[in-house]
Amino acid sequence: MSTVTPDLGVTAVPPTPAGADERPRRQLVDAKAPAERAFLGLTRGGALAVLAVFALVGVFLAVKAEPALRVSKFSFLTTQAWQPDIHHFGIAGIMVDTILIAVVAVVIAVPVALGLSLFITEVAPASIRRTLVSLVDLMAAVPSVVYGLWALEFLQGRVVGVSRWLATWANWLPFFRVNGADPSNPVQSGTLYSASTFIVGIAVSLMVIPILCSVMRESFSQAPLGEREGAYALGGTRWGMIRTVVLPFGKGGIIGGTMLGLGRALGETIVVILIISPVYTINSHILQSGGNSISGLIANLYNESDALGTSALMAAGLALFALTLVVNFAASAVVARSRSGAESEG
Amino acid sequence: MTLLEDPPIGPASEDRPGGPALPPPPAGRRRIGGLQAATVRNLAGAVLAGASGSVLVALLTGLSGPFGLVIVGYLLFLVTYGVLVSLTEDRPAVKDAVMTVLMASTAVLAIGALAVVIFFTLARGWGALIHLNTYTQDLSAAGPTAPLTRGGIGHAIIGTLWMIGIAVVLTVPIGLVAAVYLDMTRSRPARGFRTVVEAMSALPSILAGLFIYALWILTLGNQHSGLAAALALSVMMLPYMIRASDLALRLVPGNLREASAALGAPSWRTELRVVIPTARSGLATAVILGVARGIGEASPVLLTAGYTPYVNGNPLHGPMASLPLVALKLVQSGSPGFTERAFAAASFLLLLVIILFVTARKVGGWGPGHLSQRGLRRVREASARDVARFARRQEAAEAALTPPPAALSPLDPPNLEHP
Repeated sequence: MSTVTPDLGVTAVPPTPAGADERPRRQLVDAKAPAERAFLGLTRGGALAVLAVFALVGVFLAVKAEPALRVSKFSFLTTQAWQPDIHHFGIAGIMVDTILIAVVAVVIAVPVALGLSLFITEVAPASIRRTLVSLVDLMAAVPSVVYGLWALEFLQGRVVGVSRWLATWANWLPFFRVNGADPSNPVQSGTLYSASTFIVGIAVSLMVIPILCSVMRESFSQAPLGEREGAYALGGTRWGMIRTVVLPFGKGGIIGGTMLGLGRALGETIVVILIISPVYTINSHILQSGGNSISGLIANLYNESDALGTSALMAAGLALFALTLVVNFAASAVVARSRSGAESEG
Repeated sequence: MTLLEDPPIGPASEDRPGGPALPPPPAGRRRIGGLQAATVRNLAGAVLAGASGSVLVALLTGLSGPFGLVIVGYLLFLVTYGVLVSLTEDRPAVKDAVMTVLMASTAVLAIGALAVVIFFTLARGWGALIHLNTYTQDLSAAGPTAPLTRGGIGHAIIGTLWMIGIAVVLTVPIGLVAAVYLDMTRSRPARGFRTVVEAMSALPSILAGLFIYALWILTLGNQHSGLAAALALSVMMLPYMIRASDLALRLVPGNLREASAALGAPSWRTELRVVIPTARSGLATAVILGVARGIGEASPVLLTAGYTPYVNGNPLHGPMASLPLVALKLVQSGSPGFTERAFAAASFLLLLVIILFVTARKVGGWGPGHLSQRGLRRVREASARDVARFARRQEAAEAALTPPPAALSPLDPPNLEHP
């Protein structure tokens, strides 16, 4: 500064030299040391590398899927069959069956996870809360092949009875109907009810519950204390408080968690290939033997396919990739909007 | 409410003029938490009703299987409990009681299912787990009818160790760098990156396998190998590592960073010397949980590793088995002897995961900045060294300032400390 005026009064405006207004505003430059720049560059490079890997997944699936999509064109989305050797294949049936499995899993998991996360955040005494959280996290860490073996050897035989009962007494619901079921024949074989979407859905729901639970728990524990105390002060019971405070505040978490769980359930492989007997058409009778999922299709067929068959599997994988990405992006958008104060100040 | 009234001194008396007649205070202290005798009585009665009712329904409708019985019995239990509570309580209290029981029972259901899965798997695998040869031999000499004292899953253990080891070496540095990027920049691209990572962490694991299969095996012409499987596992584990590390770094209190910045440290030194050391236990937990995740994944390995009953100690060449893959392949073969071995592999895997998990809990239970005994001693020693260093500097400075005693002049300030 060159215009220092020694007689600067309290009220006086310093005489500004002509053209002072045109003087450029002082730029605040964040002058980073070379080491700082190098470090930032390194981290940015790491992030870019990760992004590149993720992008490559999609790009490679798309490139490899192209020959098959060129052959099948639009019918890939409408055909309910998988015979690449005669150029007759499509994911209409498999995609619907994939979604059916995921929906069954989520329909079972949502009420359980809702009750479980409410129990953990609102009801359980503090002494067992930490143990419960650990156990639920352990549930997420149990390998899917363990769930698969368990579903095959333990669950399947025991669920057949429930399936038969539902098919007999609840068959006014179209998806509980079973073709060829004969309620008057008590010794009818259980194979009609085994290897079904319903059984896979139950096993997958166990893998989805911890995902739902952790998202819901986080959103429930953020319900503000003032409103909770307000509800109690108005004479509410605990359930009244949960219904009027915790659930409305946690709505974003419930919806977002459900969608995250759906995304996870769409991609489950091992249980599907262990349990289900694959079909390539839409099987909306969830209690009846037969179903499929895109991941199961890939795992079953990748080894015995010719070039076009492999390309068709890549196309199916691309469809699954797109579907899960859409579901997951939507889910994380919902969860992020419901989340607040994620950072802590010590 | 008559607010203008003089507030009574002491507890509100019942004969207060003007106020409505209050109900008499309950005799004795009222318990507001914990289980109460009436609740226990109601629960017991409802359990009895549910159990007997489910037997009745089973006889009448031909419901078969234990699951169905339990479901019907539970519904009856719930209704009975509601009715019993409504004998003494009003509607909101009945709702509260029934909903509390519902919430508790979902917890019992979920944890019970987990317990059944774990115990069933361990029980079925126990027969093979107790033989030492299960861990030391491979399956090359053991057919479906071989006794459990011959052959084992040693080849799968070696394969799993190779694959997970390579995957950890690949993912931990990249994951940490990416998490530090997320932590250092709060810009728009960083937020976008976080969203992408979150979405990718739910990527179906078979797609990670399919990607490596398409890239590494079909396009680059490599064989099925342990390295290919490790690459597939890395693609799958990377988003987990980044997310968990990001969470651990975000838990570091902001005022620690601010203190570091106020002392003049550039942000990269703050990151390396303050944030990462503080978040060390959280980062360790992230790595362990990522390993637990990757170790149990069969589907990426299925497409990329191939399968062999032989020991293969070279991850670069030839097919390699891994624990989840062996469990899957053996149970798919359908023979009872192999199914038992499959459960042994699954049990071993499950035990590994539980051990990793318990370790992670123990490490992660320490909050950010937690110090072990040794760490605490190290910090104290460093602190003591600093004190000694400052004292030496002070002495040196005083020695330089103080003129030699020979030139003592009356203008010197009086030494207040030693009069």
